[in-house]
Amino acid sequence: MKRAFPILGVLTAILLSYALYQALVAAPTEQTMGDVQRIFYYHVPSAWTAFILFFVNFGASVFYLIKRNAAADIVALVSAEVGVVFCTVVLVTGPIWARPVWGIWWTWDMRLTSTLVLWLIYVSYLFLRRFSSSGQTPILAAALSVLGALCVPFVYLSIRFFRTQHPQPVIGGGGSIDPRMLHVLLVNWLAFSCFAFLVCWSRYRLESLQRDVDQAHALESLLDPRGSLR
Amino acid sequence: MTPPAGITRATLVKDMRLEWRSKDAINSMLFFSLLVVVVFSFSFDPSAEESRQIAGGLIWVAFLFAAVVALNQTWAREIRNQVLDAYRVSPAPANSLFLAKTLGNFIFVSVLEALMTPLFIAFYRLRSLGPMWQLLLVAVLGTWALVVNGTFFAAMSLRTRSREIMLPLLLFPISIPAILAMVQSTTAILNGEGAHFWIVLLATYDLVFTTVCLRLFETVLNAE
Repeated sequence: MKRAFPILGVLTAILLSYALYQALVAAPTEQTMGDVQRIFYYHVPSAWTAFILFFVNFGASVFYLIKRNAAADIVALVSAEVGVVFCTVVLVTGPIWARPVWGIWWTWDMRLTSTLVLWLIYVSYLFLRRFSSSGQTPILAAALSVLGALCVPFVYLSIRFFRTQHPQPVIGGGGSIDPRMLHVLLVNWLAFSCFAFLVCWSRYRLESLQRDVDQAHALESLLDPRGSLR
Repeated sequence: MTPPAGITRATLVKDMRLEWRSKDAINSMLFFSLLVVVVFSFSFDPSAEESRQIAGGLIWVAFLFAAVVALNQTWAREIRNQVLDAYRVSPAPANSLFLAKTLGNFIFVSVLEALMTPLFIAFYRLRSLGPMWQLLLVAVLGTWALVVNGTFFAAMSLRTRSREIMLPLLLFPISIPAILAMVQSTTAILNGEGAHFWIVLLATYDLVFTTVCLRLFETVLNAE
């Protein structure tokens, strides 16, 4: 397992640089939008990656609530953290693209608003993890994660009643896309997913080490003979 | 052994009696929402037509903020003298306690709404174009949505540092669909338009979140 980590790291680096080349050079320039459109290769893969990570967070939280498995809790924490980062990338790259194309930074449209609400829910999740005392954090956070995930369909339904300005989804929607662009998009998505997985993995290792250290400290202070005399 | 409904009733009656004697929650909520109404009236000129468009949002924002004041006090008095710990080791079902607290908060916020609504109507010269019973339905469903999640998250934020800040941070994001439904339906009814979609959405939201809160409350109460 430990040897797989650097191998995956190198693979991700190669894949990311290939994806960067594909997105900036190889992909055809969009007819009406021009080069601005290339941000699409970061925007959409980041969104997909963030949604997958939030889904992983939900799954791990449910698993934790049933089995009380410490590893599931770490997976939930890590996927929420990395998911929020990718969701932030989506929320930042969106307005950068929208300003030249729509002429506005932001609009309260369905997809924008629901992504923002999703981001808010998972930021509040991270707040809870940060502010609660360590012993109870996993259970409280898992309960919040379940409620947050249940909230998502309501967010989509309620905000669908607002006017939609966002382009139709490229895959599984009404929009059409040049096959070369689709290729670049998928390469970027693969690269981003690998990168997200890599970050999650190293964060997972860090968190489990941190917990081991904390546990060792607690045990040491219990066993310390001078501690018991005081 | 006392049946679960008996425990709910006993806790509810105890909370009501405490509130009746101190009037802490209701007074602070009333004053707080009054302040919100006055501050908002400075931000725009409340004429009849204009105010009908924004009144829905305004009313619910005032009630939402005021409800947080009451929700924060819900569990605080059970912390003193370790009442909550005593409850945890007793064989009483956790959900009886949760239901009692939720019903108590529902009553507090409903009383607040009943007292504040005439004031809103007077200050903002409101006159509804839609049916009154729909507004009442939205008020009941909306208040329940706020209170059931609020009571649950108040129990959660009890275990955190700076718990008073934590409650709105947890409650508001999850409540966004409910708040949107309340505001949109109220505005639609005031303007004499249909609000069926929003009312059904709100009712479903209430149903789903009440069920899940009841399922998870015992876990959260006993989290150690």
